[in-house]
Amino acid sequence: MNRATFPHKFLPYLLLLPQLAITVVFFYWPAGQALRQSLLREDAFGLKTQFVGLSNFKRVLADPAYVNSITVTVVFSIATAFISMAVALLLAVQAEKVIRGKTFYRTLLIWPYAVAPAIAGMLWLFLFNPSFGTLAYPLRLMGLNWDPLLNGPQAMTMIIMAASWKQISYNFIFFVAGLQAIPRTLIEAAAIDGATARKRFWTIVFPLLAPTSFFLLVVNTVYALFDTFGIIHAVTGGGPGKTTETLVYKVYNDGFVNLILGDSAAQSVILMVIVIALTAIQFRYIERRVHYG
Amino acid sequence: MATISLKDVRKDYGRNPVIHGISLDVANREFIVIVGPSGCGKSTLLRMVAGLEEITSGTIEIDERVVNQLEPRERDIAMVFQNYALYPHMTVFENMAYGLKIAGKNRTEIAERVSSAANMLELGPYLTRKPRALSGGQRQRVAMGRALVRDPAAFLFDEPLSNLDAKLRVQMRLEIKALQREVGTTSLYVTHDQVEAMTLADRLVVMNGGRAEQIDTPMNVYLKPASVFVASFIGSPAMNIIEARVAAESRGVVVAGRTIDLDHLRLHLPAVGAPVLFGIRPEHIAVSETEKVDLLLTVSAVETLGADALAHCYFEGGKKGRDFVVRLPGTRTVRVGEHLPVVLDRAATHLFDPESKKRLN
Amino acid sequence: MIARARSRLFAHLWLILGLIVVAFPIYYVFVASTHSLQTILRPPLPLLPGDQFLANYSEALFGGVGRIGGVGVGTLLLNSTIVALGIAIGKIIISLMSAYAIVFFRFPLRMVFFWIIFITLMLPVEVRILPTYKVMVDLNLIDTYAGLIVPLIASATATLLFRQFFMTIPNELLEAARIDGAGPWRFFKDILLPLSATNIAALFVILFIYGWTQYLWPLLMTNSNSMNTIVIALRKMISFADADTEWHLVMVTCILAIAPPILVVVLMQRWFVKGLVESEK
Repeated sequence: MNRATFPHKFLPYLLLLPQLAITVVFFYWPAGQALRQSLLREDAFGLKTQFVGLSNFKRVLADPAYVNSITVTVVFSIATAFISMAVALLLAVQAEKVIRGKTFYRTLLIWPYAVAPAIAGMLWLFLFNPSFGTLAYPLRLMGLNWDPLLNGPQAMTMIIMAASWKQISYNFIFFVAGLQAIPRTLIEAAAIDGATARKRFWTIVFPLLAPTSFFLLVVNTVYALFDTFGIIHAVTGGGPGKTTETLVYKVYNDGFVNLILGDSAAQSVILMVIVIALTAIQFRYIERRVHYG
Repeated sequence: MATISLKDVRKDYGRNPVIHGISLDVANREFIVIVGPSGCGKSTLLRMVAGLEEITSGTIEIDERVVNQLEPRERDIAMVFQNYALYPHMTVFENMAYGLKIAGKNRTEIAERVSSAANMLELGPYLTRKPRALSGGQRQRVAMGRALVRDPAAFLFDEPLSNLDAKLRVQMRLEIKALQREVGTTSLYVTHDQVEAMTLADRLVVMNGGRAEQIDTPMNVYLKPASVFVASFIGSPAMNIIEARVAAESRGVVVAGRTIDLDHLRLHLPAVGAPVLFGIRPEHIAVSETEKVDLLLTVSAVETLGADALAHCYFEGGKKGRDFVVRLPGTRTVRVGEHLPVVLDRAATHLFDPESKKRLN
Repeated sequence: MIARARSRLFAHLWLILGLIVVAFPIYYVFVASTHSLQTILRPPLPLLPGDQFLANYSEALFGGVGRIGGVGVGTLLLNSTIVALGIAIGKIIISLMSAYAIVFFRFPLRMVFFWIIFITLMLPVEVRILPTYKVMVDLNLIDTYAGLIVPLIASATATLLFRQFFMTIPNELLEAARIDGAGPWRFFKDILLPLSATNIAALFVILFIYGWTQYLWPLLMTNSNSMNTIVIALRKMISFADADTEWHLVMVTCILAIAPPILVVVLMQRWFVKGLVESEK
């Protein structure tokens, strides 16, 4: 069936103009510049630039600091995605079981979505602040030398907690939607077949949630890669040392603080490739979902 | 009130022609039904008149004004859609008033026209409801009302009854006919349902494959179908059409080894021995009460309909697969396997050319 | 039945535990915002609100001139509100416009434009950060509302969402409107917009929060303290090494920074959940 349309020559272009203008000025032109700069090298005074091919990329990828930030990013992303999804799934499954208080739980569980990542980071830092954080206090009483501002693994733990905490709401909403989409008759059939509640969950519910889970995995990875910049900037500033410097934080730091333009541009381009790959994965998945209903 | 005139109207989608040149003159107040199987181009033709599809060549005139390049709103037409196309967020009143509002009519006039249309359609109590709170039949009425309030030069109906259940369909069919009589607005009506077509039309346009096979009154289409397609499309059960040969001395045709004399058709018969398609409707066949027998049939299945019964038969000595249907009075009982000697009503026989599929007599 | 009742009891226990984890940090910040600085600095902090609510909040809102680089909390809230509303409304308007063009018109290069918009999905701020900053400097947009808002209102997500919704509008509705005499503008205003109302509400919630919680962009776009959003200002208030941080006021600001978006989410929960689930389809 063909889409019914209006016959009009200029109007559609006029309607598209605002978005296209913004897109070109603030998206395509800068992205093109990033690509161009990633192939150039400026001298110290910014007077001369010279084409250097892929040597910026070579240097960036050979830089131990960059390799470190890749490791940091991978650890951070996996941990954040896993923790926030696991907690959200647990809560979503429980929320489906209860009858009374369903809306109450739901309303309260979606709060953190509205909290800015940077503020989420600050909340957790306030709670676990080594000098007066209320939750740091018992840790110290237990004899743990708790100081996330000086201890790398502890800093990492804290930003992972803050980032996961903020993302629980989002995942919770999607898992609830996913659970509601599972036909009750399937679960009832399994119950009649004699499957225990635990068995029903792992053999019926969990596999049927796979599409939701996979989708959330991609979204959470993107979240951990990009949206958590605020947490890191507000809480650790990439430190102590470079133990929490993720790829995005490093791009920002090299570009705006250390002012290494060519390297920052090359890093931008590498990030671009990562985003394109993730988007492609996401859309392939969506196509599948369309096909299988 | 207006005439509609189509002159050699064609439509191509890319290189693919879908309407192969249709000409039609619709008189003022006339009710024309365009009927045909799905994909025959009937809806496309209607939408071209409405201005929703562009015309590749030819001209369309409404009220003696060429409208080829005009927007739908400039054509002074109203249309009733298959799925009603009511605006879901507007009340019945607003739905009916919308066109008038755009046309810049004042409030009192809008209110008057809507309420008079609502009265005609017995929609008065529902004016403040939204479409989703209405039954299918009521929605259909609102769609009609929307067309009615505009008081247009022509009504265009695009399969307006096909989303209704069978009983409601009959009722709405009668209402549409009565309404059109009353307001006298020239109408084009598209349907795939031949009963609807026969009962509503002043004249029928039978379409097939983008061509108008026949344009005539329903009775003429039934009695003198212009082609094999029309013959088998109009009438239920369909006309029996059998391959035959012209008999010696052009006395008639030979069907299944028996000669059926058709003296009155002598002038229309091709050369002796030439193949022809011989057609006869099930209702024009009777079981022979005398010695005279045109065909001898064997019953392979019986459908009892109450008022009458349909006997599906094959020719004596013929293959079982070839279906030859005879309509019998409901009182007459037949059994499967029974032999039926039948006579044919000579006045209701049809001859078609096997090549062109056109009518010969 | 007994087993089921027991499993429900466990479910409640899990959910309460979840609530504590999820809501506790926010609650605790609220508690902190009602205590004096001395109480806060002497852990552990009580679990119940203190008696400094009025004192702290009035000081932060009205008395605290010069607290955050000379800018009152009121200005910061106003900035955040303008930015969040600007982004939400601007994005909805331009997305509606382009989705309308792409779905309801046929014109040369239509799909090219669609892809141009689509590909912006793959170009988040972070991958074009320096050159975009340079564009903003060249256009004199640093420290302006336009600079904080305009670059963020072009997004593929909203356009795709509206496109998807528009494609579900039956053809006949548009044709009926054309026959009723409606042109593109009337069809948009009288029919498409009312039908899109819930979608717009849903998207509004998501985008308001998106705008309110922006971090990297306002961080780059603002030099002057008076243009800070409340989130950025909050970050600037805190120094964990510095003993001078007035934590009780920080806590008040923190509550004020998270209250508006939380309010929007809770009050518009139905649309929020719908918007979230559908915009990601």
